Amino acid sequence: MTNQKDVVLRHPFPVRVAHWLTAFAFLMVAISGLGFFFPSLHWMLDILGTPQLAQFLHPIFGLVMMVGLAVLLVKNAAYSLPEKGDRKWFSHLSDILKGKEHRVFEVGHYNPGQKMLFWKIMILAAILLLTGLVTWRPYFADLFPITLLRLALLLHSLCGILMMFLIIVHIYMGFWYKGTLRGMVYGTVTRSWVKKHHPRWLREMETKESKST
Amino acid sequence: MTNHWVDIKNANLVVIMGGNPAEAHPVGFRWVVDAKIHNNAKVMVIDPRFTRSAAVADEYVPLRSGTDITFLLGVANYLLSNDKIQHEYVLNYTNASFLVRDDFSFNEGLFSGYDAQKRIYDKASWAYQLDEHGFAKRDPSLSNPRCVFNLLKEHVSRYTPEIVENICGTTQERFKVACELFAETATPDKTMTSLYALGWTEHTVGSQNIRAMAIIQLLLGNIGMPGGGINALRGHTNVQGITDLGIMATALPGYLALPSEKFPDLPTFLAAVTPKTLVQGQVNYWGNYSKFFVSLLKSFYGDKATPENHFGYDWLPKWDRLNDFMYTMSAMEDGKLNGCICQGINLLASFPDSNKSIRALSKLKYLVVIDPMDNETSCFWQNHGEFNDVNPASIQTEVFRLPSSCFAEEEGALVNSGRLLQWHWKGADVPGEGRDDSECIAGIMMAVRRLYESEGGKAVEPLLNMSWNYVNPEAPAAEAVAKEMNGRALVDLTDAGGNVVLHKGQLLSSFAQMRDDGTTTGGCWIFTGSWTEAGNQMARRSNADPSGLGVMPGWAWAWPLNRRVLYNRASLDPQGKPWDPKRKLLWWNGAAWTGYDVPDFGAAPPGSAVMPFIMQADGVGGLFAQGKMAEGPFPEHYEPIETPLGTNPLHPNVVSNPVTRIMKNDDNFGDPKKYPYVATTYRLTEHFHTLTKSSKLNAITQPEAFAEISETLAKKVGVQSGDMIKVSSSRGAIKLKAAVTKRIQMFKVNGQEVETVGLPIHWGFKGVAVKGYLANRLTTAVGDANAQTPEYKAFLVNVEKA
Amino acid sequence: MTQDLIQRSATNDLTQAPQVRDFQQQVAKLIDTTICIGCKACQVACSEWNDYRPEIGHTVGVYDNPADLGPKAWTVMRYNEVVENGKLQWLMRKDGCMHCEDPGCLKSCPVPGAIVKHANGIVDFVSDLCTGCGYCIAGCPFNIPRQNPVDKRVYKCTLCIDRVSVGQEPACVKTCPTSAIMFGSKEGMKVRADERVAELQSRGFANAGLYDPQGVGGTHVMYVLHHADRPELYGGLPKDPAISPMVSFWKGIFKPLAAVGFIATFAAAALHYIGSGPVTEDDEEDHHD
Repeated sequence: MTNQKDVVLRHPFPVRVAHWLTAFAFLMVAISGLGFFFPSLHWMLDILGTPQLAQFLHPIFGLVMMVGLAVLLVKNAAYSLPEKGDRKWFSHLSDILKGKEHRVFEVGHYNPGQKMLFWKIMILAAILLLTGLVTWRPYFADLFPITLLRLALLLHSLCGILMMFLIIVHIYMGFWYKGTLRGMVYGTVTRSWVKKHHPRWLREMETKESKST
Repeated sequence: MTNHWVDIKNANLVVIMGGNPAEAHPVGFRWVVDAKIHNNAKVMVIDPRFTRSAAVADEYVPLRSGTDITFLLGVANYLLSNDKIQHEYVLNYTNASFLVRDDFSFNEGLFSGYDAQKRIYDKASWAYQLDEHGFAKRDPSLSNPRCVFNLLKEHVSRYTPEIVENICGTTQERFKVACELFAETATPDKTMTSLYALGWTEHTVGSQNIRAMAIIQLLLGNIGMPGGGINALRGHTNVQGITDLGIMATALPGYLALPSEKFPDLPTFLAAVTPKTLVQGQVNYWGNYSKFFVSLLKSFYGDKATPENHFGYDWLPKWDRLNDFMYTMSAMEDGKLNGCICQGINLLASFPDSNKSIRALSKLKYLVVIDPMDNETSCFWQNHGEFNDVNPASIQTEVFRLPSSCFAEEEGALVNSGRLLQWHWKGADVPGEGRDDSECIAGIMMAVRRLYESEGGKAVEPLLNMSWNYVNPEAPAAEAVAKEMNGRALVDLTDAGGNVVLHKGQLLSSFAQMRDDGTTTGGCWIFTGSWTEAGNQMARRSNADPSGLGVMPGWAWAWPLNRRVLYNRASLDPQGKPWDPKRKLLWWNGAAWTGYDVPDFGAAPPGSAVMPFIMQADGVGGLFAQGKMAEGPFPEHYEPIETPLGTNPLHPNVVSNPVTRIMKNDDNFGDPKKYPYVATTYRLTEHFHTLTKSSKLNAITQPEAFAEISETLAKKVGVQSGDMIKVSSSRGAIKLKAAVTKRIQMFKVNGQEVETVGLPIHWGFKGVAVKGYLANRLTTAVGDANAQTPEYKAFLVNVEKA
Repeated sequence: MTQDLIQRSATNDLTQAPQVRDFQQQVAKLIDTTICIGCKACQVACSEWNDYRPEIGHTVGVYDNPADLGPKAWTVMRYNEVVENGKLQWLMRKDGCMHCEDPGCLKSCPVPGAIVKHANGIVDFVSDLCTGCGYCIAGCPFNIPRQNPVDKRVYKCTLCIDRVSVGQEPACVKTCPTSAIMFGSKEGMKVRADERVAELQSRGFANAGLYDPQGVGGTHVMYVLHHADRPELYGGLPKDPAISPMVSFWKGIFKPLAAVGFIATFAAAALHYIGSGPVTEDDEEDHHD
């Protein structure tokens, strides 16, 4: 093993750009969304300039986020497809939460929890996109009946809140699993990190490497 | 109006027929609502269209446009055959008991005396039988077959419910509902008010429509009563004032006649126009004709008018033919006129057959348009595409536009429907180069006068002798003109006892002070009393109402003599007791008549033989109109000139009014086979004629021309609401939006189905509203035989999908 | 007059609007549809007093012009042709903000103080604060507020609060030629309405009545209707209007639930981290085992 082999590429450049674009846009829509949702957080709208500007920017950032998510969907959907043994992972949830995942499950490119998060985010994003378009003022909202607007507004806020919960979990996981963050920043993770958290992925990679050499 | 706006609140039944006050008079309509809410009145609308008035009425009764007389004489027939009349009133206050000449007759649609060649009547036979003193013979028992009552009964007996249904298209059931409502007001303590407007006048039988209702009101005893009357609702802010001031071809101010060339001198003329008393002892107030006329001449010609020159009688133009707008437009079309001054009217938009108007205006050398707007008339020569497709290069008429004031930019009095002269003050100055209307016309007059003074000319006396004593002759002040209308004493005036009533130069307080010896002036005798030595009576604004009947004598000033209800003596029985104690307007105080209103009566005490209709030579209300109407002393149903039936179910040989005014070249009538639908034009609340299409706020509320058609016609033509349709008559075609509505219905008439097409008139090719055609491109240029009002309310069109 | 604002949007019970002025008379506009002649003077008066002018539109085959409420058309006449027992009725209703006692717009608005209710009951939009989110449009049970695409703010009838607060009646009331629009204390208007209803019933309108829907706590704009049993006949006036349950949930219990959710999520993460510590890439656990 050479030093070069001590790190492996986990997230190629386009994925990293898409992720951080999504992250930034999410931050903006979350700040403004919270400002719209909680009157006591109305001040957060001023972070985007003025409440009126926040009203204007919220759907724009929302669309930016959708672009980022679309790239991530294309790039990472294949890694997030459910597999046969995934159910076993969930039965060991308490061990996993204690940090003993590597003992109970041989994780591939993503663990089933990550996969589930991925799809939950994608589904919520789709609903947010649709409901956001329906309620987008002053461009589209007047085209729809008011009952639909009410439903759309309710769903939008509901999905937005759920999305925030998921992102909090996502951020926490990145924080909890040390060594993860660099993968999204530099693109590479250490082979030892992979060996511990995604051993099956490592094995598959090594098989591929040996074939190619 | 015989009564006044506020008085409508006293009615028990409000009959809206030939008008649509909720739409055209929304402010005055509050009194109809007041009658409903506070007097438990019923409101009935009788109209071809379910109007905004109908929307708040208790009963809506539909009828085909142009059949009002049939309906009303049907009602009269019902009242007479069911004995639903106010007997004492009819006997004492109408000419029911008067005997009519034996040579008067009515046969197959024609009254006696018709001259088919000249299309006029010799009215000699339409008169009372006179006794040896020249007084009318009467039969108070009403048993003589020649008495008016029996002649009327016979005349209306043909108008059965079946005939009404067959001609009007009104079902017998709805007609019965209407008759019963009318009949309820035959009792002395119930009154019906009749509100009408152009829906009656704009027919070739317009005047007779009103006559028919007058007959009903007399039978019911509703004339002179608070809450009763025949009430013309005037459209223009000052159209009553125009009528009062006689702005007509054969009239002078105050309903005095302009002499025709048949009367070479003043005495001959006065002898002809002053009515002789027909019943002994009657007031016959027109007996004072000479006083009003000479005072007018003194106002016209001032010091130049002397007894020696018959007060300038010779300087009055004498008419040889009816120089009304119909003649004028035809003469213009024939190239007989050089110039035209058009003031206060958007001629091209308002006159019938606008294609004819364009042809006529194109023949002029010059046209002066005095108007606040650059309206269609002053732009008639411009090409506005399909809306005004003329070739400007081929029109040589020179057009002068004089921008003038609108009502809010000038001071003066406006006379409303209730004869109320209300002084108003300027809200703003005329913008830009605009000048007051009076300044425009005075300026022209002064310039022409200067030309004649310096260069001379033919027949200059009328112009040069005209009294024109204003501080600024180029712009007479409204106050000065108003005082001139009121009139002054030219010498110290004394009463019978020799006491000085008015000093020389003082303003008259009553036309009773007028003299025919040249010692008084008065520009419009009925306005005398409007501006007296006590000040401007028209500017008074007290709404105190001691009567509780809405008389409010301290609010402005009503002609004549601040009288609010005309013929108000008829609200009391012959003994002076009010027919209805709740409607007490007047009483006898032992020496004279007095009351909440100014008595419309002389000094005859209660129980005298003097009757209340003091302007009539016979002192009574006329069920039978002696010699006054052009087409007969009783109304008769005649079809509109353009009738969808092609016949008159009552008398096929006399289909339409036999004396209708038709100018040559105007007989371009449509064949019902080609133009099967009845069109009627009208106004909407949102607009004032063709003025307000230049106002954004009005344009917003009704932006675009449309025609209202029934669901059945829409189906037949294959259009839906909002589609474009083409409406055409034998005179032209217009395109506009279709408004398909349940408010217009198909009528089953004389075995055929008749559809109505409603055409609001407010759009044209100028202004800020959506550009459109002039509705008058379609209308017929034929007129009522008495008033020459064109038949805008019933003419034939075809409708196609555009 | 800020003490006059007894209810503000996006202000909860913990941070109430000024409540001291609790003795001001409640006002109401009473519109008697049975004597309304549909002249649109109210529309024009509203335009004139409030200095707005909508575009000149087109005729669509009915008298309704402008065809609908708009940011520059705070009140419009609605015309309806109804045939009953073979008799045609042309029902006319002046449409506009109802000034609900329990306003759905105010409940929906996310901006503190952008929609206010005055002590006299008038509900007003403080346009300066409006962000144009349009939540009020979704919140209104009567489909009244309209957004201006230019400045993106939402507008509706103010009940002429600027006139009323200086003792004048609203412009539409002042101009109405038949007094079909009346204005006064809510109690007084109800008495007036009772008189009108009795009169209408005596004329055969057995179902005449007052429209003062309790589903929104009553309104400060009320109608006298010939057919109070079927308000839908009058251009779709809702029979039992109430704030939609979706809006009530969204602006009600959902907010504290979401807040609890956030707190719980953060707490769980924190507790988890404190409890289990970081997961590192070292395989040191094996050594501990």
